[in-house]
Amino acid sequence: MSVTTDSATPAVSITNGAVEIGGRPVLRGIDLSVEVGDFLALMGANGSGKSTLVRALVGLRPLSVGEVRMFGTPLDDFAEWPRIGFVPQRATAASGVPASVWEVVAAGRLTRRRLLRPLSRADRAAIEEALEVVGLAHRRRDAVSHLSGGQQQRVLIARALAGQPDLFFLDEPTAGVDLPNQQALAGALAALKARKATVVLVAHELGPLAPLVDRAVVMRDGRLAYDGPPLRDHEAHEPWFGEPHTHHHHHARSVHHDHAPQVTSPLDPPNGSHR
Amino acid sequence: MSPAELFALPFMQRALIAALFTGIAAPAVGTFLVQRRLALMGDGIGHVAVTGVAIGLMTGASPIWAAVLVAVAGSVLIEIIRERGQTNGDVALALLFYGGLAGGIFITGLAGQSAAKLNTFLFGSLTTLSVDDVIVTMVLAAAVIVLCLGLAPQLFAVAQDQEFAQVAGLRVRYYNVLVAVLAAVSVTVAMRTVGLLLVSALMVVPVATAQQVTRSFRTTIGAAMVLGCVASVGGLVVAAVASTNDINAQTGPTIVLLALAGYVVAWPVGVWLRHRARLRAPFPSGGTTEHETAPEHAHQHGPGCGHLAVPHDDHVDYVHDGHRHAEHAGHYDEH
Repeated sequence: MSVTTDSATPAVSITNGAVEIGGRPVLRGIDLSVEVGDFLALMGANGSGKSTLVRALVGLRPLSVGEVRMFGTPLDDFAEWPRIGFVPQRATAASGVPASVWEVVAAGRLTRRRLLRPLSRADRAAIEEALEVVGLAHRRRDAVSHLSGGQQQRVLIARALAGQPDLFFLDEPTAGVDLPNQQALAGALAALKARKATVVLVAHELGPLAPLVDRAVVMRDGRLAYDGPPLRDHEAHEPWFGEPHTHHHHHARSVHHDHAPQVTSPLDPPNGSHR
Repeated sequence: MSPAELFALPFMQRALIAALFTGIAAPAVGTFLVQRRLALMGDGIGHVAVTGVAIGLMTGASPIWAAVLVAVAGSVLIEIIRERGQTNGDVALALLFYGGLAGGIFITGLAGQSAAKLNTFLFGSLTTLSVDDVIVTMVLAAAVIVLCLGLAPQLFAVAQDQEFAQVAGLRVRYYNVLVAVLAAVSVTVAMRTVGLLLVSALMVVPVATAQQVTRSFRTTIGAAMVLGCVASVGGLVVAAVASTNDINAQTGPTIVLLALAGYVVAWPVGVWLRHRARLRAPFPSGGTTEHETAPEHAHQHGPGCGHLAVPHDDHVDYVHDGHRHAEHAGHYDEH
């Protein structure tokens, strides 16, 4: 099981990657390699493909061409999922039944738990520590639905932290989050960086996270447009990167709504679904 | 006949055992269905199971086992359609609802069985259980309870956030199918208790009642199982006692109405609790850069002064008449 990763092996890499959604090419010719210890910000306008790229890296979107390697292992053969922490893009951490903050964070520990075993002391300690890092230990008994949007984002980050991974993927954790909560997020990510974790952060704007970033990658229309030292927020949206900066903090779903009921065959996957 | 004599009868004791087991098992699965916002899935499976019962009646096989097989097949089909179809899952569910119910009634007619026979499955007939029926019910219900509680951490994570669970290395598809199969099994277990048309009520209503007052998943599923048990055993007792007084109360509907009565009682409590939680949520920090003094007022704010006290950063704001007053050096500031 143990795979020795020397420092030369990238934490995650994608070569000549392409993704198609509903037959339309969304990502083309992506070559990216994230070294161990990097704090990488993946930026770009809405619809530039940055979320799709992260979802392809963690295996939620199959590649049509190319290959993803995690710690040197092709994604299909990769089995060390406890090393990966994923914070999906979510407006809320709540679901149809109440769940406490502690319970949601404890779900992050499942990567390291065996079936039908109770939580070990190490599990409980990791959950407590994750709650402390995001500053929500005092809210552990509260229902997540009672928390503000920014606090729910911190719960999702704590859930990823609880698994004690080496490599984090965060998909727009700051979208729609107020400034104090963005600062709390920045504090949690700074703690990660101090532990030499590798971080891939998707962000439309960096805000208080900017000082943490070592490397910026800007996407434009499904391709990599820039890869280099960190940029300031507005540079990433300069005209030469494509679309001008439009303040879309809420992810406008490009779903067309009219008043006619949309009934298609139930077996047809919805075309171009971006989820 | 007095109630005491009634409960001494063997068929009544069999009914009590079956009601106890189904009352605990149905809400256990129901919690995971509600968590995925698939509250009506139990109903869909129940309709599909009607076809299974009819096939059992036609072929002379056991209606329960035929219903289990068809319901499991139907639930896996629903799960596949849900996974593939995403947004149109509700349309697919509707197709299965009607197909299952129409198929069941059609086949019953072909088999020359009377509607009365099918009715015992549609609306339940707790008091006609045989010893074998009770043993099957106990075994299946116990299996459902053990799997739901034993795999609760995994099932919770998958239902809470499927993408996170997948990246965490869980086999999401297996767990989705497992929940569907558990739902199908508990539907067929509960069909003799409350009937296929009302089975979803026993899976969903106790969960809806419990979550009015709970804040965590663990207490929700526990409270739902207790409530389901109280409703099904209580409904049976109420119906039985009523029958000794010459009132013809049917068991299945009595159980469901009792469960709904619990919801009606819990709902205002839930509304009040949520309202209170919203009022007392701390104000966002910052926002008071200017120093604005409130006009002189005789009232002295303090703990128990009668005004709503809301935490704000390191102090407390007292809310009254649209103002937020914070004490500051002998006077009150507007916050």
